[in-house]
Amino acid sequence: MARGLRWACAAIALALLLAFPLVVTKPFPRHVMITIFLYAMLAQAWNLLAGYCGQISLGHAVFFGTGAYTSTLLLKHMGLSPWGGMLAGVVLAVLLSQCIGYPVFRLRGHYFAIATIAVGEIIGTLMINWDWAGGARGLFVPIKRPDAWLNFQFHEGKQNYYYIALALLVLALWITLRVERSRLGYYLRAIREDQEAAASLGIPVAAYKQRAMALSAGLTALGGTFYAQYILFIDPESVFPTALSILICLVAVLGGVGTLWGPLVGAAILIPLGEWTRISFGGSGKAVDLLVYGALIMVVSVVQPGGIMALAKRGRRRTG
Amino acid sequence: MAPSSESTEVSVEVVLQGLVSGLLMGFVYALIAAGLSLIFGLMEIVNFAHGEFLMLAMFATFWAWALAKLDPLTSLPITVGLLFLLGFAVYHGLIRWILGAPMLAQIFATFGLAIFLRAAAQALWGVDFKLVKNPLVDGRLAVGGLFIGLPQLAASLGALAAFGFLYWFITRTETGLALQATAQDRQAASLMGIDTQRMFALGWGIGAACVGAAGALLAMFFYIFPDVGATFALLAYVTVALGGFGNVPATLAAGVVVGVVEVLAGLLIAPAFKYAVVFALYLVVVLWRPQGLFGRF
Repeated sequence: MARGLRWACAAIALALLLAFPLVVTKPFPRHVMITIFLYAMLAQAWNLLAGYCGQISLGHAVFFGTGAYTSTLLLKHMGLSPWGGMLAGVVLAVLLSQCIGYPVFRLRGHYFAIATIAVGEIIGTLMINWDWAGGARGLFVPIKRPDAWLNFQFHEGKQNYYYIALALLVLALWITLRVERSRLGYYLRAIREDQEAAASLGIPVAAYKQRAMALSAGLTALGGTFYAQYILFIDPESVFPTALSILICLVAVLGGVGTLWGPLVGAAILIPLGEWTRISFGGSGKAVDLLVYGALIMVVSVVQPGGIMALAKRGRRRTG
Repeated sequence: MAPSSESTEVSVEVVLQGLVSGLLMGFVYALIAAGLSLIFGLMEIVNFAHGEFLMLAMFATFWAWALAKLDPLTSLPITVGLLFLLGFAVYHGLIRWILGAPMLAQIFATFGLAIFLRAAAQALWGVDFKLVKNPLVDGRLAVGGLFIGLPQLAASLGALAAFGFLYWFITRTETGLALQATAQDRQAASLMGIDTQRMFALGWGIGAACVGAAGALLAMFFYIFPDVGATFALLAYVTVALGGFGNVPATLAAGVVVGVVEVLAGLLIAPAFKYAVVFALYLVVVLWRPQGLFGRF
């Protein structure tokens, strides 16, 4: 496909997405779309670190939870607008990511992955036992009426949440595109392919891993604040669990890691599928939805380990 | 496990009790981790469904007791056999196809298996906690001022025996040596006429059989439910990494360290933080020695 044509397609897709809530007014389809945008954006953030730089983090829920808790606590105790809280959450998540990254980036492969799980579990445990921050009971986001952009709360409909989620996704895609074409992007991919070779060519490996981590953590925290303002209730079980970290990676892996569109493709398939299995088979208490879900993950790993983007790429090559 | 420490006086006796309880639990952790380590050493794949294997072993023990009135210790050989078959089947049905795949695909294949097995257990047997009542070995032993639960003692001795058997098998038998040769150099091993595919399948069988024994032993005193494997699996990953991936004997020492630290942290700090302390210890150790306590690079 020619480059111009590709951008035209993207522009049309964006226009359609912008028009979607004007046409569809039912809450459920809007909710599914918002969830797709949120997970696509989180997966893209994870992709920056894992896909481009090759550092497989299984503890990204830490940054998501940081974003959610920072804005909520600031709103609750200081009355700060969640937009300010969002910014504070990003700053805190970036700082935290640097503190975590400094030690764990010395580890490689499975040691790194397991260390990130360990960090996630430690911080999750601390949050459950931190009574001032709600402890295991969690926090209700203070309700502000009437609806206002300043309050980041819309009780009349999901339309504004939809546009905010879409904006976050576009931001994540734009950042990834910028990274992909910059010196940073080339450095990260060099580190992913061969760390020693990259270092021998003069790339400051540790510093660049930290940069990827900072970008990834900051973006993930944005998603966390959005989640808190959208759901209006957070607890460690919903924003800090390792299961969430895994789900984020899964979206990216299904779509294709280290690609610009992979996370969006993965979210567009996995989230509706998850909702569908939950509605069709859930509620029986038999966990059939998870059964289907687990089987699907195994099939994808075996049949197409490169994700759906790899499949698309192969198809394109075949057709010329 | 660790008693609540709301008003516990920290005395020599309490610490001693913690050390003993931790030591006993540590042998069971070591056995769980040994299976994981063996599989990793063979083919550099971390089995993220290891905890679910443990859960299935515990359910097998429970149903043997509930339906056939078999004591966990009596049904142990059956459980071990079943888990061996499970490991073998998982290798041929799933792992074989992702041997050359990227690390991410391997991680998610076993994660998918974990979700699948957990959901299957929930669908078949529900989420209620189950417990084997009145096992053959029951009650507790009082030695000096220390109390030792007899099921715990039996479990740790059983785990130690199984660990010893595993060690003997991989260092003293021809098949075991073939396993080690495959772990060291896959190509050289196959040039020596070792069927590496068979070794991989055997490794998964033995790895799962270790968890089978551990699950049967744990079922004597631990609640059984579909999510029971999660915590044990996390501890097993930490144990394996602490000992050094692929180093089976080192997991014994690492398992004891994890068990003792867990119980002491529960006693001296707070029960809620016992796992957090274990994970923190893991981080400290791998920062100091990235290859684990006894690992080689």
